[in-house]
Amino acid sequence: MWIYFTRRLFLALAIVAVAVTLLYVMIHAVPGDPASIMLGPRATPELKAELRAKMGLDEPLPIQILGFFGDLLRGDLGTDVFTGREVGQIVFEKVPFTVTLIATSIGWAALIGIPLGCYSAIRRNTIVDKVTGVLSVSTIAIPSFVMAIYALLIFAVWLKVLPAIGAGAGGLLDTLTHLILPAFAVGVSWVGYLARVVRASMLEVLGENHVRMARAFGLPEKRIVFRYALPIAVLPTITLMGVGVAYLLSGAVFAEVVFARPGIGALIVDAVDSRNYPVVMGCVVVTTTLFVAATTLADLINALLDPRAREG
Amino acid sequence: MANARPTSGGPATGSAGAEPPLLSVRNLSLDFGSPKGRVHALRDVSLEVPKGRIVGIVGESGCGKSTLASAIIRLLAANAEVVGGSVEFEGQDLMALSERKMRDLRGRRMSMIFQDPMTALNPVRTIEAQMLDIQYREPADEQEKRRRAIAMLDTVGIPDPANRLKAYPHQFSGGMRQRICIAMALLVEPALVLADEPTTALDATLEVQIVNLLKRLQAEMGCSVMFVSHHLGTVAELCDDVVVMYAGEVVESGPVRDIFRNPGHPYTQALLACDPGRIKQKTRELPTIPGEVPNLVSVPHGCIFKSRCREVHDRCEAEVPGVHPVSNERHRAKCHLREPGKAATRAEAKA
Repeated sequence: MWIYFTRRLFLALAIVAVAVTLLYVMIHAVPGDPASIMLGPRATPELKAELRAKMGLDEPLPIQILGFFGDLLRGDLGTDVFTGREVGQIVFEKVPFTVTLIATSIGWAALIGIPLGCYSAIRRNTIVDKVTGVLSVSTIAIPSFVMAIYALLIFAVWLKVLPAIGAGAGGLLDTLTHLILPAFAVGVSWVGYLARVVRASMLEVLGENHVRMARAFGLPEKRIVFRYALPIAVLPTITLMGVGVAYLLSGAVFAEVVFARPGIGALIVDAVDSRNYPVVMGCVVVTTTLFVAATTLADLINALLDPRAREG
Repeated sequence: MANARPTSGGPATGSAGAEPPLLSVRNLSLDFGSPKGRVHALRDVSLEVPKGRIVGIVGESGCGKSTLASAIIRLLAANAEVVGGSVEFEGQDLMALSERKMRDLRGRRMSMIFQDPMTALNPVRTIEAQMLDIQYREPADEQEKRRRAIAMLDTVGIPDPANRLKAYPHQFSGGMRQRICIAMALLVEPALVLADEPTTALDATLEVQIVNLLKRLQAEMGCSVMFVSHHLGTVAELCDDVVVMYAGEVVESGPVRDIFRNPGHPYTQALLACDPGRIKQKTRELPTIPGEVPNLVSVPHGCIFKSRCREVHDRCEAEVPGVHPVSNERHRAKCHLREPGKAATRAEAKA
């Protein structure tokens, strides 16, 4: 188990390094010079060259990348060209909002979707199963920004029961009430998606030989479902949720823009708009790390649940 | 309760005697729903499993032998339907029992060994968890249940059982897994073990080991075994009685010695002739039974084996043969040729 754990951790670090290198090269291959943008069109070539030298942009690309990683290891993500603030500070101000939103969205989707899928599989072809099926497909088909706008319209504008925008001024209750609508909008299609996946995989597992054997020993159906079938049936769901976090990192952009919530999504949109490369790069590093962390976590949970995965 | 469980005075040895059989299947018929129509997979199947004996069910693939085992423990596919007959086990008709009462019998009075040991055990639970789970009805504490599990694993020949108990199924080989399955089936001390081709997925050396193990344990524990197999040699080695099935019907049944020495049904005779172990002359081609198993959606009239029978005659075409004694009263075959007096007539006709 520990061997698997350390191996997986090193693999995760390697993935982050490769991904960040690629993204660094890609961003710097895009036409447009940060020095020119920063100093404006009237700057003299000498001034630009001086700034470039200060930012380390006159060095060859491999040296720049090595320097970038060197800074990264010291916890330095560079400096915002416009405000002169530390990029690390700017990004980490926003990270908790996005992480909270994604975790809440996936969390409530899993809490409802997995039991719903499980129930649908056990009570196959009943009314509950059929209604769940239709609703699931509908919620999957509706884009999350449409869901966000309607949720806003109904609960904030018409019913006026929930705040429309922002992330609240602090305080647990305030934070929670500001989280409900965005988390609903982002997570609702995941309820349907997870319910469908769990139902399909549960039906498959319930048809497997070992379930038949458990039945041949007269084990109570409840024990068969919860101890024999469900732990196997949720395995693909956990992997899916790990990848889902990556999907939501981009999906959350909509929610953050619609609900005017601070967050990484909104930050990236602003930074790309204004070609604020150091901030873009900082966001990229953080989201890549979050993504790799989520998929690694999913793999580790899988390994905890499935002894066969530990040895793979 | 009117049907109290028959008191068993230790394992019955040999003769069935006057004691009622542990399991008696009477005229069982079963259909599978399919897009092409109803498949009449079992038709009028009758057999008995006496107390403390091993009864072998043999036949080709698809003859209904595994379906019969599933029907007895009532773990059938959703599209299966029992359309007639009864299965009497310890004085109750299993086909009429509620699901709840049936579940109470499973893993207590009867247990099952499955064909494929690679998929029969739960992959995410330890052997210990699974072996403790099946003892959930026992009043004993966990320590005692664990001790029993270890003792049983030791009995079936798992080395270092106390430590291996913590392992997962994928950490065992196929043969070891089947030993574990056998240990589980016997751990609950059932009256009847349904062994559904337990050696088919194993290689020949393991097959011999598993058969010897089953034979030894059955003798020690005195339970009855219904052993489903397509391997005649295994059945001859292990079983006391044999039931030969063909295309969903029982065509011959009786004590193992009688069936192998004096097969009464042309199908059994052909089957024995095809067994490579019994062929005495050197040959380049292995014998086969020509023809194919009939379509069970529209079952042909008359004898089910007529299209492949070497001794087919006019009566087989329209008339379903009766069940007639062959060597003795317990050895019976479903064939016109075995009708008392008729065999002689036919021999005369031939001459």
